[in-house]
Amino acid sequence: MIPAAGADMAAEAVPLDAPPVRATSLLRRSLRLWRTRIGIALVGLLVLIAIVGPFIAPHGSSAFVAAPFSPPGKGAVFGTDHLGQDVLSRLLDGGRSILLMALIATAAGLIAGVVIGLVAAYARNALDDVLMRGMDVIMAFPQIMLALVAAAVVGPHPWVIIVAIALTTVPRIARVARGAALPVVERDFIACSEAMGVPRWRILFGDLLPNTLGPLMVEASLRMTYSIGVIAALAFLGLSTNPNDPNWGLMIQDNRTALAFQPWGAVMPIIAIALLTMGTGLIGDGIARTAAGIDRSRGAE
Amino acid sequence: MRARFRWGGVSRFIVRRLLLGLIVLFMVSLVVFAATQALPGDPARAILGRSATPAALAALRRHLHLNQAVFSQYWTWLTGLLRGKLGTSIAAQVPVTTLLAPKLVNSAVLVAVSAVVSIPLSIAIGSWAALKRDKIFDTLSSNLLLVLAALPEFVVAVVLVLLLATTVFQVLPAISTIPPGSRPWNFPSYLVLPALTLVIAVAPYVARIVRASMIEVLESDYVEMARLKGLPERTVMLRHALPNALGPVFQVIALNLAYLAGGIVVVEYVFNYGGIGSAMQEAVINHDLPVVQALAMLIAAVYVVLNLLADVATITVTPRLRTRL
Repeated sequence: MIPAAGADMAAEAVPLDAPPVRATSLLRRSLRLWRTRIGIALVGLLVLIAIVGPFIAPHGSSAFVAAPFSPPGKGAVFGTDHLGQDVLSRLLDGGRSILLMALIATAAGLIAGVVIGLVAAYARNALDDVLMRGMDVIMAFPQIMLALVAAAVVGPHPWVIIVAIALTTVPRIARVARGAALPVVERDFIACSEAMGVPRWRILFGDLLPNTLGPLMVEASLRMTYSIGVIAALAFLGLSTNPNDPNWGLMIQDNRTALAFQPWGAVMPIIAIALLTMGTGLIGDGIARTAAGIDRSRGAE
Repeated sequence: MRARFRWGGVSRFIVRRLLLGLIVLFMVSLVVFAATQALPGDPARAILGRSATPAALAALRRHLHLNQAVFSQYWTWLTGLLRGKLGTSIAAQVPVTTLLAPKLVNSAVLVAVSAVVSIPLSIAIGSWAALKRDKIFDTLSSNLLLVLAALPEFVVAVVLVLLLATTVFQVLPAISTIPPGSRPWNFPSYLVLPALTLVIAVAPYVARIVRASMIEVLESDYVEMARLKGLPERTVMLRHALPNALGPVFQVIALNLAYLAGGIVVVEYVFNYGGIGSAMQEAVINHDLPVVQALAMLIAAVYVVLNLLADVATITVTPRLRTRL
């Protein structure tokens, strides 16, 4: 089996006269793998917690429940945190902001990256070079570094972090999109569409895009995994507008000093983040394996 | 056996890559400068806060050359950068180079230790998994690596502290504060947990690429040929398969060393390890823009140089790529 990493998928040429695998059919086929099912179950569980959590939380997220760092007991199932707040209630409350920010940032980066990658692949001229060298410049910054620079200058507002993460997602998606689209651009049906006078945007999004969806879906789930990690890490580093924000990353930071005697305050958000990123990782791997399997069986025909 | 080298082509390739790298670095400097100094708004006020006196604001503006035109601000900054003058840290009131030089050594030691452990380890795991494809070792290692690769570094770091330094076992220090003036190699136990975190962050990714690349090579005709000739499996692996599987691996190693350069921000912060990563976190919290600028430039430069080296290394170990030069 070919591994999940998006970069490899991009290198895999789509077999020449195969019709595109539709995204829905790829997803459906990937559901035959246990790893995809487990991944979807994990992500579903965490998304459910993030959405309904605030409504079923036993206490307010900043309500004082018991002495700081109380062990689990009556009234606080997982004990209390550094300010005497209920760990469970904050856990149920803390997923929404991370998930929402990661989703918006990844989606924005995905859209911009796909447009740039497809345009670069289709242009086949200096525009390709200019766009991809521009992408190289952004790639030179580790994701967290650009977010830190932005937070240092503008302040750690949620939208600043979203823009920074989206911006650093763009070149990584664009590379995959361009890589997957390059062999398709050379094929006859594109020349045919050009000869028929199909508008350029329809060639890009009607002909090229469907043929690049496999690698793109894999890369998108990989990017989602990293976006969640970076956003949680930024809160962990103390970059959040509200110093008592119920946010999983910040919870770990606030409660890790008490690991020795009240570990639940840090352990519960760790479990939440770990299950979420594992879930997106497993989904990506399931799709990658399915796409590789389809390509392989076509190669054998 | 040995293909004839066309060093003319290779050196021309290196020169071209070098020029391209310089152009990217120049554009990176524009981005860093634009992001930190040319943004709308007053950096002096951002640094000093709302309660700053007009005199303090004016003094800081002069200090940051904010009273000049944007282009000449950039020129002052860039020429300073090229001469190693990175300005003065606003929080610490010492030259940025004096502040960062010892921290740079600490971080370099940490990254080097992580790389020396993680690269051979991941090549070994990846190759072994490819050789035992779909057997128990491969299935177990693939799934474990998949899960580990998905975990953010700070989660790995805190879990390691939980397991090895606080709650479960207390065998290693939870905090790796290197006293000022000392060197990290005098405190080997301080390096274990930070380095282990970075290894766990990087090794899974490299191992997976090695496995994929190795599987492709093992299925090739020349490996089959070598086996049919009756060569021992050891020779087939080490002399025929591994060198050919390593081409793409250089790219991944470079990418991951660059990734380590970003990962150290979080890992050094968790362990309070005095390197450039924790310096970055501090500088961001303190709005210490000269330090932020210097570190962003430094880490981007590391990335560009590593990529350059990886491209050259790939060309050197993959003779068939040279025909395209």
